[in-house]
Amino acid sequence: MTTTDSRSTEPVVARGGAVGAPAAATGMSAASGRHEGRPEGRPGVPMSRLITVELRKMVDTRAGRWMLIAMSAISLVVVAAFLIWGPAEEATYGTFLGLTSFPLVMLLPIVGIMAATAEWSQRTGLVTFTLEPRRGKVITAKIVGAMILGLVVTASAFAASAIANVISGVGDGAGTWDVTWKVALGVILGFLIYVVQGIAFGFLFLNTPMAIVASLILPTAWSIASSIVSSLEKVGAWLDLGRVTEPLFSGTMTGENWGQLATSFSVWVLLPLAIGSWRVMTREVK
Amino acid sequence: MITVENLTKRYGGFTAVDDISFEVRPGSVVGFLGPNGAGKSTAMRMMTGLTPPTSGHSTVLGKPYRDLHNPGRQVGVMLDASAQHPGRTGREILRLAAIQIGVPKSRVDEALAVVGLTDEEAGRRVRNYSLGMRQRLGLASAMLGQPEVLILDEPANGLDPQGIHWMRGLLRGFADGGGTVLLSSHLLHEVQVIADDLVMIGRGRIVAMGPKDELLSRGGTTVRSTDDAALAVALERSGVTVTRTASGLVVDAEPAVVGRAALEERVVLLELRSGGSEGLEEMFLSLTAATSREGKAA
Repeated sequence: MTTTDSRSTEPVVARGGAVGAPAAATGMSAASGRHEGRPEGRPGVPMSRLITVELRKMVDTRAGRWMLIAMSAISLVVVAAFLIWGPAEEATYGTFLGLTSFPLVMLLPIVGIMAATAEWSQRTGLVTFTLEPRRGKVITAKIVGAMILGLVVTASAFAASAIANVISGVGDGAGTWDVTWKVALGVILGFLIYVVQGIAFGFLFLNTPMAIVASLILPTAWSIASSIVSSLEKVGAWLDLGRVTEPLFSGTMTGENWGQLATSFSVWVLLPLAIGSWRVMTREVK
Repeated sequence: MITVENLTKRYGGFTAVDDISFEVRPGSVVGFLGPNGAGKSTAMRMMTGLTPPTSGHSTVLGKPYRDLHNPGRQVGVMLDASAQHPGRTGREILRLAAIQIGVPKSRVDEALAVVGLTDEEAGRRVRNYSLGMRQRLGLASAMLGQPEVLILDEPANGLDPQGIHWMRGLLRGFADGGGTVLLSSHLLHEVQVIADDLVMIGRGRIVAMGPKDELLSRGGTTVRSTDDAALAVALERSGVTVTRTASGLVVDAEPAVVGRAALEERVVLLELRSGGSEGLEEMFLSLTAATSREGKAA
């Protein structure tokens, strides 16, 4: 990996001096020694590096950073409001976790969407897919990267809720530590599902506003339709991602609940992910 | 080394690239010339695996682009300098690329120095970059992995005359050090100084290709004298085709033939040279006229 050659000792050429002969000399040095330290047939870009890059791309733009700041801010405001005005006897760890989770469930998919669509809406794909032409690897890296970011956000939600619970306990709040490992795992799994759903919708539409609107409206519209139209009621219980994740967050999953979760996950996450990945793999990058 | 064989791209009934074949050898700079919409960018996207060709194939360093191991270390690509996230700084864009292709962070500063972007400029968001600065950043990104091959689409676009001069030196040096360079342009004078070979394309088809000097000499001999009319008559008498232009004559013969005719006619020569930029420019215009947008209207 380490390519040591004359380049590192190259004098810095300022723009003024980068004209004519000095520039030619610099260019020449840029060409010399290329073959040293370049093992033939080295495997492609390792997955770890791709994931690092994709994760970094999610937080190194203003949009990405503000998304995270907004999520934390909304959670903080909600928790603070509950600490001040909420009923003290309900102020338990589980309540705080539920409060911090709500905005995150809404906004985490958008983080995934932006990670998926930027390559097309900002046309950075021209660089990304020339540096790694195996687009499937980029897709995998984006999914894993978004899941890591989702886990970090989840961890901070747990931490923030714990702090809120301690503060509440010092006051007149109940301060009960009522989050079982089932609830904890359920929350983590639920967050990851929403992040991957965002990625899937992003790949499916390859357009940020369309993907965001669709990911917010389609599931909601389906929820409303299935609750109004009685014939859809039964199907709705299996295909409403919002409804099937409720027992997940409350830690009361039954065998049937798992079946419903798997069904909804297939329809709302795996199906768009499959179609979206196919689009990314075959689409012309312009 | 870049090899392109019978590369074709059709969009429905429209043929963007029509059966083009050429080769770029190590140590040489090839200018890929053509008017806007001639198919240059589409051809370059096919070479770099971004656009699947309808038929034909291309290889870089002996392999299809998609089969290259860590292509960023072997091929430097810049297809559109504007295709960068406007919210990232120039340095951040290079850092991301450095992580992905696995070069040390120090390469970022080296690449910035090579293209002449200052620390302050590198710290600015690309949104606030001029087109010339984006081109320099794109070039830095392409050279980051110390590649053997450069594929650059309109790299001189948006550069000031000084910048174009600088880029020529940079690419010439890269090729002289054994590198392979393919660069496209719609402006002949941008590439004719630096390119060793030219590939001219119009409406997706190659209309002319070959060593630049050979294409240049095809332009004939340009001559200007104190008595062009007499010289023209003398030349035509010896069976040479003569074209009268506003500023003199263009003769389809070696300069020596023209000079000898002038000597015999006792005409004073004011200018005598083979081909020249006007010759190639005229050829470029005439070759592409039949296939370009202008040609359609004419």
